[in-house]
Amino acid sequence: MTGWRASVRAHVGDFSLDVELAGDGGVLALIGANGSGKTTFLKAIAGAIPTDAAEIVVGGEVLESTTAGLRAPIDRRRVAYLPQGYGLFPHLSVLDNVAFGLSTGPNKLDRPTRRKRAQAMLDDLGCEHLAPRRVRGLSGGEQQRVALARALVLEPRLLLLDEPLAALDATTRRSVRRVLGEHLATFQLPAIVVTHDVRDVEALDAVVAVLDAGKVVQQGSLDALRQAPHSEFVAEFVGA
Amino acid sequence: MTRSHRPSPSTTLGTLFGATLVGLLLLPLVALALSSSLDDLRAGFAHPLFAPALWLSVRTTLVSLAVTVVLGTPLAWWLATSSTKLSRVVAVLVELPIVIPPAVVGVALLQTFGRQGLLGPALASLSIQVPFTPIAVVLAQIVVASPFFVQAAANAFRKVEPDAMIVARTLGASRSAAFLRVAVPIALPGLAVGASLAWARALGEFGATLLFAGNMSGKTQTMPLAIFSALESDVQLAVVFSLVLAGVGVVLLAGIRLATAFSSEGG
Repeated sequence: MTGWRASVRAHVGDFSLDVELAGDGGVLALIGANGSGKTTFLKAIAGAIPTDAAEIVVGGEVLESTTAGLRAPIDRRRVAYLPQGYGLFPHLSVLDNVAFGLSTGPNKLDRPTRRKRAQAMLDDLGCEHLAPRRVRGLSGGEQQRVALARALVLEPRLLLLDEPLAALDATTRRSVRRVLGEHLATFQLPAIVVTHDVRDVEALDAVVAVLDAGKVVQQGSLDALRQAPHSEFVAEFVGA
Repeated sequence: MTRSHRPSPSTTLGTLFGATLVGLLLLPLVALALSSSLDDLRAGFAHPLFAPALWLSVRTTLVSLAVTVVLGTPLAWWLATSSTKLSRVVAVLVELPIVIPPAVVGVALLQTFGRQGLLGPALASLSIQVPFTPIAVVLAQIVVASPFFVQAAANAFRKVEPDAMIVARTLGASRSAAFLRVAVPIALPGLAVGASLAWARALGEFGATLLFAGNMSGKTQTMPLAIFSALESDVQLAVVFSLVLAGVGVVLLAGIRLATAFSSEGG
């Protein structure tokens, strides 16, 4: 099973989130104004924040169920989370960043094996030459690919990408967007992508969910949104 | 690092003020260095007070540093990552020993661990004596020096991106693994600076130690106390002891500078 569904009620300070969404093997693009709850929703699925009530099922496995009194810890969810700044570890080389998840916890492998696997993943993403480099000197696009390699090497069941292209300049963004779309298609991995750019939705062939003040206000294909935008924000986003 | 050319605010008067302060800071050290011959140094090193005091200083400061780092690192992490009222209150409390005179700390420690102190009866029932023992030396050093470490460590931990910690957890790292393998290495230069500052402060600790641990050669007489004792009988001896402590200070400062340079180079 490759799909996922998540019903999450959570609050962070005064802000409250009440979102129910589901996806198949494809990409769901999460759009909405700043502070609409997109990142909070991703973090709740990843298990990074406490929820008030949640039913989260990924790949057929229940990760969190308030009714069943179940909550898988963050390090056992096999859900990959790529934050906006990529969250790379500056004290490690690119190779050690990618091998990190194979050096600890449930996926721990011996050193030669994990380095081989990490190198193979870098090869797959076309950035094998970055392996010995420090994270600090990498360009935005390179950082993004390294973060992606680090996530994919663990064979996660769901990929959570928080504005993966926001930190890149326009030219890089175009090429990285294409590369990201290819990788998601190659790895057949369901993903939730937070974005502010309709071109991301197009390139990733994503279904869209629109969040406003912690609630889903519209969801559907880009075409459906174009035909009947729920709000001015949606109309502006899809360019209707 | 490039320095921008800022319009200099210095006037002749400003330069004079600055130079005066630098002179005040350096002159005593120069005087100290100039007032000992090689023979004085040899005689100082051979003096019966020297070796026990130096050895005690080294031993006690290493123990107090270890205790400070082990107890202070998790505390600093909590202070850096928590935004509760309690953490803000604790942050202020931890800084208190920096502003309280060491002599006051010494009296307060006596009132805590002394025979008539808060914990006195409990310690007496366990046949444990703290004041005027090497344990008292270590305790005094921990109280006066650990705030410097905790402050520097908390500042270093504040530079660790929260997202990097979340990512480490999603990659399978336990809470402690994420802390030890991500937060600590990123903060390491800052932790090293804090540890050096705390060590330097412990090495120079005088007032609290004198009042709480006494000044017994071979037992509680650290280098600063040995200087104090030597001064009463032989100024030249005090000068030699002071030179040794100043030398250790210079080495520590060089260490701090190196760690800071590494830290800013590493971002």
